[in-house]
Amino acid sequence: MRNFYLIFLKELRSYFNSPIAFVVITIFLVLSGYFFYNLFATFSTVSFQVMTQPMLARQYNQLNITEMVVRPLFSNLSLFMLIMLPMLTMRMFSEEKKSGTIELLLTYPVKDSEVILGKFAGCMGIFTIMILLTVPCFILIGIFGEPEMGVIVSGYVGLFLMGAAFISLGIFASSITENQIVAAVLSFGSLLIFFMMGYSAGFAGESVGSILKYLSFMPHLYNFAKGVLDTEDIMYYFLFILFCIFLNMRTLESKRWRG
Amino acid sequence: MIEVENLTKKYGDARGINDVTFTVEKGEVLGFLGPNGAGKTTTMRILTCFMPATSGKAKIAGFDVFEDSLEVRKRIGYLPESVPLYTDMQVPVYLEFVAGLKGVDRRDVKRRVSHVMDDCALNAVSKKYIGELSKGYRQRVGLAQALINDPEVLILDEPTIGLDPRQIIEIRSLIKSLGGRRTVILSTHILPEVSMICQRVVIINEGRLVAVDTPQNLTAQLQRSQQILIRVGGPEKEVLSEVGKINGVSRVSVKENGADNINAYLIELKKDMVDAGKDIPPVIVRKNWSLHEMRPVGMSLEDIFIKLVTEEKIN
Repeated sequence: MRNFYLIFLKELRSYFNSPIAFVVITIFLVLSGYFFYNLFATFSTVSFQVMTQPMLARQYNQLNITEMVVRPLFSNLSLFMLIMLPMLTMRMFSEEKKSGTIELLLTYPVKDSEVILGKFAGCMGIFTIMILLTVPCFILIGIFGEPEMGVIVSGYVGLFLMGAAFISLGIFASSITENQIVAAVLSFGSLLIFFMMGYSAGFAGESVGSILKYLSFMPHLYNFAKGVLDTEDIMYYFLFILFCIFLNMRTLESKRWRG
Repeated sequence: MIEVENLTKKYGDARGINDVTFTVEKGEVLGFLGPNGAGKTTTMRILTCFMPATSGKAKIAGFDVFEDSLEVRKRIGYLPESVPLYTDMQVPVYLEFVAGLKGVDRRDVKRRVSHVMDDCALNAVSKKYIGELSKGYRQRVGLAQALINDPEVLILDEPTIGLDPRQIIEIRSLIKSLGGRRTVILSTHILPEVSMICQRVVIINEGRLVAVDTPQNLTAQLQRSQQILIRVGGPEKEVLSEVGKINGVSRVSVKENGADNINAYLIELKKDMVDAGKDIPPVIVRKNWSLHEMRPVGMSLEDIFIKLVTEEKIN
């Protein structure tokens, strides 16, 4: 437990000792702020138009702030996470491999699982700071409108679980190469496939389609953003994370075997 | 303390080490000698549990490096050749981190850190990030992290490489002072270093063990024929024949011609009659020649090393 905590602290600290954390968090917040402004501005323009010409309301099936601002904002945030989190995870193991520090780390009396979980938690720490800083957007929505609080809370739970899944896959990708760019491309590419997998469900036939749909990130996030906290979705993320961490432990072990 | 038995490591088809066996007693400083790519680092990596051997056994303090890896790792301090450190950490912060991972008691961490920082003369850089340090200081930080948990066994891969002469002397005396209480294995290809700090030497070449002995024994053992150099003033031909007649001398040759008929001769003694040297001066005195110099010609560790390594190739 102490080893886990030490590695967690060390990873967290090294993000802030380099510009990585500051740059990634800033760009993430600029992007989410900009998209939030656009959604919010569009919503108020549309509301104003509909107030003056009620006939227009037919074009919009659900003209309320939850449907038009909160839910799109959550899917935008998930997209930015898809771009940003591989940048956070790419260095986790590949940097250690390249600089050779892994040789010292793995000859300390530390279990592989403590190393992996410590790094995972360190990255989760940065990610948690990152998404907590988007809370002001929702506070603003709360001040100027009446969103459903339940949707916001479950949306955050969904984002958090999704981010954890992204991070676990990213750290795994980083553990199989010593090149950070390769690690980033691997994790970004595979995350994008998991993200978009659901689209092919429409023409893949019933049984394959349902599997694809279940494996895809999107439908699960969609439930959370609707305010539905389904154990099926929570289990999906847990299994995804566990599987990635399991693979990660195997790669560390096999690295030892191959020498 | 360290037992290595028939250790073999293969990298695919490429050789790593082949059937290496040796033991190290408690408190001993063992030198690991060999040309680049001989398998020194491979052996050390197996001993430090960084990678497993293909076959064979290695035990440290009674624990198998493969079966009880965590127990072994608690008892060793390791300094890899490239001195890999986290460049984005400050020296004391880094040492505290390592102390924690190595299981130093929470209350002792600060004390241990300041202790090794004194030992390795790191107080001058206590505010700096490791990335800013010079090679010499990094080496010392590397040594400090190896020493932080006061380990029973120290494994140092080329600890003096890339240092300036003054730093080399400091690090050597530091390592020497560590022996006695701790068991130390260090690898190097600087030969005088080995005779200076090690009690025993393991010579390894192309993955095979070539010799294990004390530096002195190795020197003595390998001198097939003891050689003596004399500088004598006298007629060359006569000196050669007279000295050659002495019982126990196998060969005399002129090594160097000097002025006034004073020449240097190299005398090779038969292996089992190395005390025949005592008969040389009386002969010279009897002939009324002048004796200017007489000394044994020792073989340096370099000569032995090259001899062993080339013999290995011929075999």
